[in-house]
Amino acid sequence: MTNILLAGVGGQGTVLASKLLARAAMDAGLNVRTAETIGMAQRGGCVVSHVRIGNCYSSLIPLGAADFIIGFEPGEAVRCLPYLKNGGAVVAATGGVMPVTASLGSCDYSPEAMLDYLRRTVPNLTLLDGSEVCAQCGSSKVLNVALLGAFATAYEQLSTAPEITFAGIENAVREMVPERFIEMNLAALKLGAGVVTAK
Amino acid sequence: MSKQLLMGNHAIALGAIKAGVGFASGYPGTPSTEILETLAKHNPGDIHVEWSVNEKSALEVAAGAAYAGVRSLVTMKQVGLNVASDPLMSLAYVGVKGGMVIISADDPGPISSQTEQDTRTFAAFSKLPVFDPASPEEAYEMIGDAFEYSEKYGTPVLFRPTTRVCHGCADIEVSTNRAAITPEGFVKDPKWVIFPRASYMNHIKLEKRRPVLGEEFSDYRYNTVSGSGRLGIAFGGISCGYAMEALTALNVTDCRTLKVATPYPFPERLALQFLDGLTDVLVLEELDPVIERELLMLCGKHHINVNIRGKLTDEVPCAGELSAEIAAECIAAYLGVEYTKPAGIADAPAMAVRPPVLCAGCPHRASFYAVKQALKGQKAVFSGDIGCYTLGNAMPLDMVDTCLCMGAGVTIAQGLHTVQPDCKNVAFIGDSTFFASGLTGIVNAVYNKHDITVCVLDNSTTAMTGHQPHPGTGKTLMGEVTDPQSIPTILRAMGVGHVAICDPLKLDEAVAAVKEAISFTGVSVVIFKSPCIAVVKPDKAMAVDSEKCIGCARCIRELGCPALSLSDKKAVITLSMCTGCTLCAQVCPVGAIAKNNGGEQ
Repeated sequence: MTNILLAGVGGQGTVLASKLLARAAMDAGLNVRTAETIGMAQRGGCVVSHVRIGNCYSSLIPLGAADFIIGFEPGEAVRCLPYLKNGGAVVAATGGVMPVTASLGSCDYSPEAMLDYLRRTVPNLTLLDGSEVCAQCGSSKVLNVALLGAFATAYEQLSTAPEITFAGIENAVREMVPERFIEMNLAALKLGAGVVTAK
Repeated sequence: MSKQLLMGNHAIALGAIKAGVGFASGYPGTPSTEILETLAKHNPGDIHVEWSVNEKSALEVAAGAAYAGVRSLVTMKQVGLNVASDPLMSLAYVGVKGGMVIISADDPGPISSQTEQDTRTFAAFSKLPVFDPASPEEAYEMIGDAFEYSEKYGTPVLFRPTTRVCHGCADIEVSTNRAAITPEGFVKDPKWVIFPRASYMNHIKLEKRRPVLGEEFSDYRYNTVSGSGRLGIAFGGISCGYAMEALTALNVTDCRTLKVATPYPFPERLALQFLDGLTDVLVLEELDPVIERELLMLCGKHHINVNIRGKLTDEVPCAGELSAEIAAECIAAYLGVEYTKPAGIADAPAMAVRPPVLCAGCPHRASFYAVKQALKGQKAVFSGDIGCYTLGNAMPLDMVDTCLCMGAGVTIAQGLHTVQPDCKNVAFIGDSTFFASGLTGIVNAVYNKHDITVCVLDNSTTAMTGHQPHPGTGKTLMGEVTDPQSIPTILRAMGVGHVAICDPLKLDEAVAAVKEAISFTGVSVVIFKSPCIAVVKPDKAMAVDSEKCIGCARCIRELGCPALSLSDKKAVITLSMCTGCTLCAQVCPVGAIAKNNGGEQ
């Protein structure tokens, strides 16, 4: 049983990322349940996708039960930490998305402080400079797939028998991404997977 | 057969196709929307699928189809059922010929709704059978069962998935078989005309049917009793999954469970079998204590000495969603077993709140801003409505003073203005909502000589639910071209004295249009016409000239656009978010913002 929580901001592409993970797991012959945030929160609010691989009863990951958190944004990764189980791993993008509430000065938001907190409290942490990968791929839309690359490497480092592999995700990208975006996403996946070592 | 990852709503649609559905209608509403969209996408070609103008129309056209012997499906969210409740209550008496399933998706939380109402309660009120699937895979099978029962008893049936079933995905074996239904056609009969005398007779029929169906449901495949012991746990719908997760996590083996998939009519015989020998029952269910009340009644009726516990005894939360953790907490307290709730994170830095906001470049922001500018210094109340533009309530726009239900902005404004005529009353309504439930309110305003200004925020789509077409778009759900219905023509025909159209992204023009409308006595309308940014290609992004920027932050403070932020005391624009709407350039006092001519976008 592997529980993966994807946390981000509406519009960052968490839904496609969770579908790719689910597809990779299904292609490996495993059972999958997922849950998505659809509706008002998609408009720039916090969104969370749950991916559960193996046999379970509900599509929501219980608190303290996530093997992985994939944070599309440092603050959202921190917000979802209560889901992480002891010894679980976090893969997070370093780029912050400023909430309007913070821009207006009604609350503070420092992505750096969030990253510091992650570094201090999460032993299995992988950070990915998404803007670097996106610049190299020529699109701001590939952060989600780059994070999956980083996740695949983190998973392979953590487990001798990962239920989802880099090759599996690569295959899922080929199966599910519209044809003209496949190469760009495969490049992002690869870059994401490579960045990990330079933690 | 093939295994596919299906969202509950996709599963329901494919299950309905398998069951031979021939007619499907609905109105978009989270969490139900994807059902009809999936039906349209996988339409073998002979199913009529339509977005109706609202839920009442959707239910009525589907009832007509079912009168003619077709299997028909209607989809809506729970508050949509309120709109459709007039035909629903009568149709329960009249009945149908072809199977008819009315899907009303509930939204515990609520995550994206006005209320936490429970369609199971509506089922008991309307005396219609209701099916409550526990998972996407169960929903896939159950929708076919719902059609079978509907046809067997000649009654519409309700089908009530909740958000986590609708938007949860599971790997499901999908069959390509399809039931062949040959509709007989409409056969004239006095029974299709509702009359007091016939209704009296039908009322008796409905009451007599309840125990018969309850008896049959006691053997229904998704109503089950399992386990053993003196303590029982009952649940239904998505709570089944939470309860099972919790029982597994707590390592509980000695308790008896009752799973209820048809809360109305209640499967009494099965429930009695469950209660036999128990001392206590904990009921885990979201929204209303429906199963709990049924069990209490059953205990009273049969003098059974079992303590029924749950929401009514304050042992299960009375509002909001349940979860595996809440289920574990409730069950642990009930059984007296050890459970430590996973600790939150200690010493975490303060988290910024991140509420949903209007998208960068959303034309609604410009419309709200124009109205705000036009009414500066005047006493005004802004009545909002249901859609993306409800988000106009957030700071810094702060332009939604009231929001009640679909279409109510227009009518609430009339009541407010009558009591306080010295105040300007402006109502906002989106284009899809205008057709769904705004028309009658505007007719009311014209007829009763109310003095209000209505702002129609026309972005050429039903944006909030994911961009569905509507009567003004010139396209149907099946992609057919249809005459787009013109909002200004309709308004003039209804007798609205002043109708203006403007482009909200041209700020001066929009402010002038609002000022003119406000000064008109009677019903005036300003139509703000600009497409939703999600359905058109973005324009070239804007950029801030940091040499010219004086760091006054006026753009941020006035507009609250998520693409704008302040860095080193200068405004900056996130290129990947900016759609080039130019509104920030129009409010910048020093002309520091212009189209971005260098760099990547």
